[in-house]
Parts: sequence; C-alpha cells; structure tokens
Amino acid sequence: MKVLVCVKRVPAPGARIVLTPDGRSIESAHLSFTTSPHEECAVEAAIQLKEAHGGSVTVLTLGPAEAEEQLRYAASVGVDEATLVPTDGGDIDPQATAAGLLAAIQAMEGEDGPFDLILFGNESADSGGFQVGIRVAHGLGRPVVSGIKGIDVGDDMVTARREIPGGFEVYRLPLPAVVAVKEGITLPRYPTLSGRLKSKKLEIRHHEVALAAGGMGMIRFESPPEQEVKTEIVADASAMADVLERLGVL
Amino acid sequence: MSVLVLIDHDKGEVTEVARQAVTLGRSLADDLGTALSAVVIGEGGKVVQVGSVIDLLWRAGHPLLTDYAPGGWGETLVQLVAQEMPAAVVAPGTDRGNEVLAHLAALADLPMAANVAEVDTAEDVWHVVRLRWGGSLLEHAELSAAVRLLSAAPYAFPPASVEGEPPTVKEFEPSLDESHAVTRVVDRTTVDEGITLATAPLVVSGGRGVGGPDGFGPLEELAGLLGGAVGCSRVVTNNGWRPHSDQVGQTGTRVAPDVYIACGISGAIQHWVGMMASKNVIAINTDPEAPMVTKADYALIGDVGEVVPTLVDEIRRRRS
Ligand SMILES: Cc1cc2nc3c(=O)[nH]c(=O)nc-3n(C[C@H](O)[C@H](O)[C@H](O)COP(=O)(O)OP(=O)(O)OC[C@H]3O[C@@H](n4cnc5c(N)ncnc54)[C@H](O)[C@@H]3O)c2cc1C
Ligand SMILES: Nc1ncnc2c1ncn2[C@@H]1O[C@H](COP(=O)(O)O)[C@@H](O)[C@H]1O
Repeated sequence: MKVLVCVKRVPAPGARIVLTPDGRSIESAHLSFTTSPHEECAVEAAIQLKEAHGGSVTVLTLGPAEAEEQLRYAASVGVDEATLVPTDGGDIDPQATAAGLLAAIQAMEGEDGPFDLILFGNESADSGGFQVGIRVAHGLGRPVVSGIKGIDVGDDMVTARREIPGGFEVYRLPLPAVVAVKEGITLPRYPTLSGRLKSKKLEIRHHEVALAAGGMGMIRFESPPEQEVKTEIVADASAMADVLERLGVL
Repeated sequence: MSVLVLIDHDKGEVTEVARQAVTLGRSLADDLGTALSAVVIGEGGKVVQVGSVIDLLWRAGHPLLTDYAPGGWGETLVQLVAQEMPAAVVAPGTDRGNEVLAHLAALADLPMAANVAEVDTAEDVWHVVRLRWGGSLLEHAELSAAVRLLSAAPYAFPPASVEGEPPTVKEFEPSLDESHAVTRVVDRTTVDEGITLATAPLVVSGGRGVGGPDGFGPLEELAGLLGGAVGCSRVVTNNGWRPHSDQVGQTGTRVAPDVYIACGISGAIQHWVGMMASKNVIAINTDPEAPMVTKADYALIGDVGEVVPTLVDEIRRRRS
C-alpha cells in the first residue's frame, strides 16, 4: 500500500517561547527544529504499515528550504520518498496550507497513482489549527477522521480508534482515506546509522505552488502573562511530609 | 442574523466546555445586538437541557445520524448555516467541536479560528486572540468572513448556566445521503481505568531525572499512598519507560490536580502547559535553576532516587 504523511517543521522551544521584536515570529536563532510530535508518530505508523503490508511511504511538507531537514529525518527512519512545497518561511494560514498541500498531492497522484492512506497530525504543534487534514480530505473527496490513537488496515478498510474518557470510539473507513492521528498511536523509532547515510542521498522533489492567503491573517504573537510565584524551598523529605500534611493530602 | 453555537452533550447533559462555548456565543450575540441560537445534532439531542441564555434551540435529526458522524454533522451545519446565515458559528474547543467546525469550514470554504480566547466584533473584520502551542503562545489574528467560525478555548470562558426558561425549540432535518455517514462511530470499547490521570486529585510525575523505568517504582508507591495517579514527561514516553497515556503536556494529557509533584522534570513549556492549572506544584530536582523549580510553589533540591523513597518511608511512619 502507498501511504503519504504530511509533516510540519516546528521550532523546539525550551523553558519559554521568546518572540522577535516585531512579535511576528518565534526567536529561533538558538533553537533546534523538529517534526511536530503527532506527525512524528504518524510517520512511524506509516512505516509500520509498510512493514506489515508492503508498499511505500512518502512524506510531504510545506515550508522553508530548511524543512528538508525534517524530510531527511523521516527518510532516516524508513520513509522512501519526500516532497517539499517551498515557502518563504513566514507563517502560512491553514487555508493556504491546505490548498498548497492539496495541489501537491493531486500532482503527485497524477504522476504516480493515488495514495491508499494519507496521514496527518491531529493538530500542528505551533499553530494548532485542527483543520488542515480535514480540508485536504474534502478537496480530494475522501473520508476522514481525526483524533486517532490506533489504526489497522485490512480488506480495503482502515479501522481507527479514538480515545474518549473511559474507552475508545471505533471508526471504519473505506480506502483511500485520510486519518489525522495523535501522539501515542506509536512510539517513534530512532534512526539507524545506515538509515542516516541513506537519507543523505535522498532526492527531495520540489513542487512549487502559488499560495493565496486565506481569511484568517496572523497579526502578531503575544506571550501569555506569567504568574509570579515565590518558591518555598523545602529542606528534606521530612519537611516535605510536613508540606503534604499542610496541603491536606496526608 | 444571529449567532449559532454547537452544543456538545453527554447523554443529554450539556458538557462544561460546551457551556463555556455558550458563554462566548452569548457575548458575541450581545455585542452584535442579535439572538443566540444553539444546535444539537443527532438522536440524543432530543433531551438536552439548555436554559434561558439561549433564545432558540435547533434540534437537527436524521436517520443517518444515529451516532456521531463528523462529516454528517458538518454537512448538517452547512445546511443550517445556509438557511440562517448567522454572523458566527461557535463550537467548543474539544476534539469533536474542532473536528465538526473544520468540516463546516472545508465544505463552505470559510476560514476557521480554533481555540479562541478573546473576540472583538467592533469592525467587520473581527479581531481574535487564539491559543497556539497548546496555550503557551497567543496569536492575534484578523478574521475576515461572512460567517465567522470559532471554537472556544477550553476554560477560557466561564460556563453558562443551563437554568431558566428553556428556549423555543425548532426541528431541522438536513438532507443527507450515505456519503455523509461513511465516517461514523461503528463501535465503542471501554477500559476500566481506576483513578485517571486527567481527574486525579494528586499527580506524582516523573521525568528524565527518574533515571529509567525502575525509578518509577517509588513514584508509584508515593502516588498509591496519597491516592494519586502517576504522570510523566515526554522524554520518559519517548524512551519507552512509561506508556503515552501517562504523558502530561501539550501533546499528552492536561491535568489540574490539587497537588502536582514533579520529580526530575525540567519544566519545558510544553510540559508546563499541561499542568499549570494545578493548585500546588511541588518540584523535586537536583538543579535549583530548573524552570520547574523556579515556577513551583515548593521545591526540594535533591536526588529523586533518594528523596522519594525517604518520603515514602516518612509517610508510612507517620501513618502507623
Ligand atoms: C511540539 C512539542 C511538544 C511537546 N510536548 C510535550 C508534552 O506533551 N509533554 C512533555 O513533557 N514534553 C513535551 N515536549 C518535550 C519538552 O520540550 C521537553 O523536552 C521535555 O518535557 C523534557 O522532559 P524532562 O523534563 O523529563 O527532561 P529534561 O529536560 O532532560 O530534564 C530532566 C530534569 O531532571 C533533573 N534531574 C536529573 N537527574 C536528577 C536526579 N537524580 N534527581 C532529581 N532531578 C534530576 C534535571 O536537573 C532536569 O531538570 C514537547 C516538545 C515539543 C517540541
Ligand atoms: N506546513 C505544513 N506542511 C505539511 N503538513 C502540514 C503543514 N501544516 C499542517 N500540516 C498537517 O496538518 C495537520 C493539522 O494542522 P493544523 O490544522 O495546522 O493544526 C498537521 O498535524 C500536519 O499533519
């Protein structure tokens, strides 16, 4: 089976998020970048499906040229092909993102045939729009379900499980389908040395798309107010037991 | 013109986050000087109780909507929106709320602002403040659309009361076919969870500083003694030391216990947003400069491997 995973490059801030002076982006000069966590698990899920059923896995991202780093990382853990929809690196709204990805997917499918399954993250780590996968699915006219923490494929169907308080909801979609997953669906593997070497040689396809802005435009970011706390230093375990007693949990 | 709010309910009882979305909807309707309508979709919708805060309740039912079907719910909203042309549609910022709203957005080709915390309706182009990074960053955005689609960030608004004279009820039957119910709940499985991480009154959480899966033994003992649940950081789940269901944070579970005991967790922002609603935070860490320590209410500077077992012994001693 052919699986496509849409991944997004995001910065990995530590203790706090620092903004650039104009407030329009995260100060990332000293930050490393990563693949948004839900999508990292989607990549692992795709590789496990390939291992079980054969076929191939492709990753697709819309982002700056530097996003090739995330595509190569995906290749180092077992992804076969990668496509970049290049942008100038600024914040792209969800409608434009979905339109760009849709155009690239249609072009890829036009050349190589349809993907059986397209995986998204439930929400991107940095934007949290909760919508790009659903927009793309409607653009392709395929069934879609989000918030998924377990998938099985068989008999041209995908069975997907969504966690709810006290259990799971089960969905069953005919392939080709689109599924948006959450971290925890799989435990991502680490790259092997040979995977790393192979990923260096991966040829990344570029697909240029003219992006038209959607109806929601970012003006600026703002850090939420931080609460002032005075930390009480507790000397030892016995003093900690006193604290727990005071808090009424002993 | 009106404002329309999607009601999510659990067996007829309007959920707390849905009541928060009603609060946002009511304030938008008041700003615009218009009525607030609500819509309940599906079979269970027949019995929900909403109070006088809502002016009109739509009950949307269809034989294909016997159980939750995101596309079918989205299509139902598309048809109701086309009939009523509300100024805005508000949904709760839950898995379902965001999912259904995104279907509406995709079908109607409208922009959608997820997890909104503030809205200014003074101009035709609305100014919204929405949560990014799981709540650790705010985005100011302009929303330009004939119908504005917003989900209300959970816990950003007080829950509306469902008391008072119930509103007028109108039936709405969307025209749907099988294609709208391809994606639907076909089965449910239940797991017996005991004390769940999300609702436990106390959480003992471990990070890289716990050292490995065995290091969680004393943390489990402590949680057991205090009637709490065990949580962890993403480093711990990524290393396979604990299942992902234990992870607290942006991509894990949100917790708000009375007491959160963070053992060997540095306090990265993505962890912090998952537990910042805790009433009391206790940090146990070797590093006095760790963000978790400087943001905690109480901190013990020391090795978790020594402190936690000693604390467990001390509690046993005091109880015996
Ligand atoms: C998009 C995104 C989403 C994320 N989502 C989450 C999430 O949901 N949840 C989450 O937790 N993280 C999340 N992260 C990861 C996060 O950024 C941090 O990497 C992670 O929280 C760090 O885990 P940690 O505190 O256990 O490890 P570290 O940061 O390595 O900290 C270990 C701490 O243990 C202390 N320590 C070491 N030895 C001892 C000892 N013997 N006794 C006491 N203290 C000791 C150290 O001083 C240090 O403070 C996310 C990251 C990104 C980019
Ligand atoms: N720039 C992007 N490139 C590739 N995939 C993306 C991009 N932005 C969003 N996605 C995918 O869409 C999902 C939902 O994103 P969002 O609607 O922004 O929360 C993400 O988890 C990704 O799988």
